[in-house]
Amino acid sequence: MNKKLLSRIAWYGLIALIIIPFLFPLFWIVSSSFKTQSQIVASPPLWVFRPTLENYKGVFMDQNFGIYLMNSSIIAIGSTLLSLLIGIPAAYAISRYKMQTLGVFILIARLMPGISFLIPWFILFSKIRLIDTYTALIASHMLVGLPLIVWIMINYFDGLPRELEESALIDGCTLQGAFVRVYLPISGPGILTATTLSFLFSWNNFMFSLVLSAQRTKTLPIAIYNFVSYAEVNWGSVMAAAVVIIAPAIVLTMVFQRYVIKGLTMGAVKG
Amino acid sequence: MNINRFVERNLRWIFPLPAATFIILMLVFPVLYTFYVSLTNWDMISSGAVSFVGLDNYLAMLKEPRFYNAIGLTFYFTLLAVGLETVFGVIIALILNREFRGKNLVKFILLLPLVATPVAIGLSWTLFYEPTIGLANYALKLLGIPGLKWLASNATVIPSLALVDIWQWTPMISLIVLAGLAGLPQDPYEAAIVDGARPLQVVRHITLPLLRPTILIAVALRSIDALKTFDIIYVMTSGGPGFASETLNIYAYSLSFGYFRFGAASASLVALFAIVLGCCVILLKMRKSQEL
Repeated sequence: MNKKLLSRIAWYGLIALIIIPFLFPLFWIVSSSFKTQSQIVASPPLWVFRPTLENYKGVFMDQNFGIYLMNSSIIAIGSTLLSLLIGIPAAYAISRYKMQTLGVFILIARLMPGISFLIPWFILFSKIRLIDTYTALIASHMLVGLPLIVWIMINYFDGLPRELEESALIDGCTLQGAFVRVYLPISGPGILTATTLSFLFSWNNFMFSLVLSAQRTKTLPIAIYNFVSYAEVNWGSVMAAAVVIIAPAIVLTMVFQRYVIKGLTMGAVKG
Repeated sequence: MNINRFVERNLRWIFPLPAATFIILMLVFPVLYTFYVSLTNWDMISSGAVSFVGLDNYLAMLKEPRFYNAIGLTFYFTLLAVGLETVFGVIIALILNREFRGKNLVKFILLLPLVATPVAIGLSWTLFYEPTIGLANYALKLLGIPGLKWLASNATVIPSLALVDIWQWTPMISLIVLAGLAGLPQDPYEAAIVDGARPLQVVRHITLPLLRPTILIAVALRSIDALKTFDIIYVMTSGGPGFASETLNIYAYSLSFGYFRFGAASASLVALFAIVLGCCVILLKMRKSQEL
């Protein structure tokens, strides 16, 4: 009995040893966001303190984070929805007709360094006055979301039985009818995986927004980055801003944990 | 009715058409354009007309010490980060590969670094590394080790940046390997247990060889992403001190949007493509040969 208890304690000690390094920096960001500047720079570090909401107040009242939060949401939701709209039918066709070449072609978008598109985009978007518009940002973020969505959905459609389609066709459905009435309704889990990942990647995107956005469409990652260009860094505000950006991603992950894991590890485990 | 018939007959072309058009407009055309720009003297500073200069940008690039420095640092960063991520990631996955209470919570915690916004993470680690007020040097002091300059010294800047990458991406390797472990056949284990093999022997002679394909793919995917690391490095050091953390990505970015020398920048981008593409080809080959 005692031996069993001891081995249990040892086991959970080992688990703690594994997760603490991954958890601690996040814990420190959250706790610093409730500190004053002098509490943050205190040495030795303060473990117990009276939390203040000043940093959050500053971030939302003086720094307009509400607007950036909205910009980030519009761009992440917009690019995800549009990518789903054109990506799911494409994935269906690629899976049904085994169009390998097209599949690989779309995968290349996932592997290419993002910066390789930035110069032409910048030149082109400047010419047609699209810099600092939602259109340009949504389109650029779609290049990240679309390949993810297509590849997740190809895998998902590959796993569905073909007989479904045959029986729908016998019932008088067209092919596209079978897709809409039979395949789409049972693709919920795949679509959820694709949607969550596409949203997260757009939400976290920095490079495309850095070049293509300015005052009107500035997203959260750019807003927080601008904080540190001042001579004296107000660390409390930076940490509060970091919490504001990271929190939605974490909440989403908490709700859709299974789907996030599936999306991130897929393709690596099965082909 | 006729339209329906038309769609049905041509579904294989109509369904992928919007996505393919989008990719051609936003990816293929820009990449070709980058090739074209790399052959010109295009920059935003001199007002002269853009003229065709052939391979001049490439020849100049090959004479540029900053270019070689960037290639070396890119590989140094990638090898250091991905190497350690693989070792830690696999060890963690092997430990977690059993049923226990709270396993889902542990997996959720491992997901947190992966989904946390890199810019926010980069800035927070900048504070940890801050030589006078940062936690990193405080921790070293507790251990009786003199403080480091972390991001501010040539010798430590790449390892410091790699550490952030390791923190963020080790869980990815763990999760991939855990998924791979779940799919392994059970028979070899039963045989080994019957033969009286010890746990470490089982891991070494059965688990790791069976996992090889999964680990290789995870490493390849992670390497391709690590070669392209931008957010963390740009936010934390912008390539400094001097050029001590200027990887290819950062170098190309600063040529294009720091100096607006689009021609020269495009040449370095073509070099970056070539490297990433080379890794992709290796990845695809590996996938085929492993029958994955």
